[in-house]
Amino acid sequence: MITLMEKPAAAPSAWPAWFQAEQSAALAEYEKLPVPVRKVESWRFANLKALDLSVFVDANPVASEGRLINASTGLKDTAAKLILGNNALLHRETGSLPKGVILETLESAAANHTELFKKYFMAQPVELGSRKYAALHKARVAGGAFLYVPANTNVELPIELFQWVEGANASVFPHTLIVCGENSRVTVVDYFKSADHLPALACGVNDLHLARGAKLTYISVQDWSRETTAFHLNSTIVDREATATALIANFGGAFIRGESLSRLVGEGSRSEMYSINPVEGTREIDQRTLQDHVAPNATSDLLYLNALDDKSRTIFAGLIKVQPGAAGTDAYQKVKNLILSDDADPNSMPGLEILNDEVRCSHGATNGPVSADELFYMEARGIPADKARRLIVNGFFNSLVERLENTPLRQHLENLLAARLAIG
Amino acid sequence: METKPDLNIDRSVGDFHYDVDYEFDAGTGLTEKTIDYISDVKEDPDWIREFRKDALRKFNSMPMPTHWASHDLENIVFDNIRYYLSQGTQPKRSWDDVPEDVKRTFERLGIPEQERKFLAGVEAQFDSEAAYSNIKAAVGEQGVIFVGSTEGLQKHPEIFKKWFGKVIPTGDNKFSALNSAVFSGGSFIYIPPGVKVKHPLQAYFRINAENFGQFERTLIIADEGSEVMYMEGCTAPKFETSTLHSAVVELVALKGAKIQYITVQNWSANVFNLVTKRGLAHEEAEIKWIDCNIGSRLTMKYPGVIMKGRKARGEVISIALAGDGQHQDTGAKMVHAADETTSNIVSKSISIGKGRSTYRGLVQIGRHLKGCKNNTECDALLINTDSRTDTYPAITVRGKENACQHEASVSKISAEQIFYMQQRGISEAAAMSLAVNGFVNDLVQQFPMEYSVELKRLIDLEMEGSVG
Repeated sequence: MITLMEKPAAAPSAWPAWFQAEQSAALAEYEKLPVPVRKVESWRFANLKALDLSVFVDANPVASEGRLINASTGLKDTAAKLILGNNALLHRETGSLPKGVILETLESAAANHTELFKKYFMAQPVELGSRKYAALHKARVAGGAFLYVPANTNVELPIELFQWVEGANASVFPHTLIVCGENSRVTVVDYFKSADHLPALACGVNDLHLARGAKLTYISVQDWSRETTAFHLNSTIVDREATATALIANFGGAFIRGESLSRLVGEGSRSEMYSINPVEGTREIDQRTLQDHVAPNATSDLLYLNALDDKSRTIFAGLIKVQPGAAGTDAYQKVKNLILSDDADPNSMPGLEILNDEVRCSHGATNGPVSADELFYMEARGIPADKARRLIVNGFFNSLVERLENTPLRQHLENLLAARLAIG
Repeated sequence: METKPDLNIDRSVGDFHYDVDYEFDAGTGLTEKTIDYISDVKEDPDWIREFRKDALRKFNSMPMPTHWASHDLENIVFDNIRYYLSQGTQPKRSWDDVPEDVKRTFERLGIPEQERKFLAGVEAQFDSEAAYSNIKAAVGEQGVIFVGSTEGLQKHPEIFKKWFGKVIPTGDNKFSALNSAVFSGGSFIYIPPGVKVKHPLQAYFRINAENFGQFERTLIIADEGSEVMYMEGCTAPKFETSTLHSAVVELVALKGAKIQYITVQNWSANVFNLVTKRGLAHEEAEIKWIDCNIGSRLTMKYPGVIMKGRKARGEVISIALAGDGQHQDTGAKMVHAADETTSNIVSKSISIGKGRSTYRGLVQIGRHLKGCKNNTECDALLINTDSRTDTYPAITVRGKENACQHEASVSKISAEQIFYMQQRGISEAAAMSLAVNGFVNDLVQQFPMEYSVELKRLIDLEMEGSVG
């Protein structure tokens, strides 16, 4: 058994030597940085017990490669598909990609497109609390997905990425790096899945870069086993007139720490940050967000929906930051908690820091139960209470899914959601 | 501004001080000796002396809360502060007995005049001790006790000891520990069951000496079914060096009682105002904080209500005005600990020039409670390009039969509004003042009339020179 703190003995690395050196430095940083404490504002309310990672070990190569490839199904029509399992490439289909689009593992990108890789790989500082886990990620990242869409290229059909974990206490380090050139368009669906019901560690990073006028729709369908501890650290950089839409669906995991930073660096840029989180049992979703308005006349819109059952917990800590130069900012932030049980524990900290007076800015947080009137209406029509409740939860989340413009994509997500909530 | 408003109380009125010969002076710095000096002068019972020393240990062991609070706190030099200054520990009952120099101070602030007009009782604190304390005979006959904290401790130990330090424990935060170590002055109020005090009780706090720390301690107990309104005002002269005001205010509303606590804080811009205020509301009781912060360099104050009994209610109405160089870090805490408790927070802040206003809130509804509701609204108005506002709420609402909503917005004065008024011959500055007054108007209406008039004038004054 190899623990995370040790370098795998004989595993040959596919990374170039210069990157291996950076990985050694990152491991030293991981060891040096302290485990977070609740006194630090970015870990307020957090469950620190989940941060004991001592049981997790390096993942072996996947045993059921064929089964995982067959189970990697999503949309009917896609432009390309990349399937990774336990930090290694399992399968790649890039037949329908327009010319110039690059979709490959990070390791090959580091070798074949070194300049691009160096420019964009983990180029953003980790600001929302998880520097230690970002260092761990960098130290151990392998496989991963690198997508580059050149300027003025429109990838019409969505691209799908599947990142699997297999084995007891296996640790994976999924990474999705998307670089959108000027005026390019692309849609990516990123699935995070477990091959079994076993405990695992996922420590992932997603970096999205949008050049001027680009349009990116990024959907993350996180469906780890209900025993998984996961960190998902996302950053999105949006330049002039570009539009980023990111929707994160957290269907699985025992403990999920999500950090999403969106930085609006170009005038007239737009960032939409959405999340849907059905939680039950003792599952816990801890999400921290930052809408950082650097450039003037940019828009950001955040909507996070949580439905909490049983003894589940959620933490939402969001911040809208309007920098002194960001006149004409439109920024919105809202978290809604639908409470399905007396033992559920939702915590909301929607924050604002406004350093310019030319802004339209609002935030809100609501907590409330399922409406008794709606339940009564359905029960009066012969729908059992339990199903009626699930239908209401489904409607609650669908109000957000409806915002997606792409019809097949929207329907696909509606189906995934209905399956997740066992509505048939 | 076109017309200079006719002011009763404004910044400049408070900006004067007299050289006073203090009979008691604990010197600068804070050690056990300082505590002994204060306890000796005040003839504290042994348990209070021990309470103070325990608090000093806690104060020394607790770090500055700069992991979330302003780093400006690091500019407080505790060793340079004078912790106790007084001309005598017994307050005067008759205005004629108050020393001439102290009397001049309060007459300039218009205190006896206010009392003649409409107050049921007044207490005036000059540095560490109450200089004057009086209560109208009719109110006294109803059994209402309104005295300084020292007198409350000495003459009514049975009520005092029961509640003192029970709502805000010594170690609640670093500054409540500091207050618990060196407290002096403040009010002790007891309202007997069923007594509804018709007129407000009022206290004025005045810092006169340079480098002085004022640490008053107020305890108000409203017995079953009683009602009381308490108002406090504060001023200080502008010294070159900073001054510290760190009060602890505890309210206890027993079954069905109502307490309204109104503050108009107008400390000069060198005062660190770090205050802990909390109320305990029993069954069907109601505690309402009306908190208005206009002065000080840095204010950190989050009045709270712990709703301990069924159907208790808590409310915080907060207005903050942050001018150049000021940081108003204010907010509210609502802790729901019983069924059917309700709370409401309305906060409005205005940032002018480089001023910064911050709302920090905490709402907690425990699990297995039913029918609890919280509503929070925070609105911020920014006047200039480099004005700043922050909002940091923390909401933990458990239980599927409870509901809570929080909304906040940030805006500037609409150019159309100003244009509309200018079209009608109102100057730009006057139009801005009108717009700001309109922004806070619905809250100001909840103040007693004398206070709302004063508040509007203070806002006009603050707005002066902010345009153009």
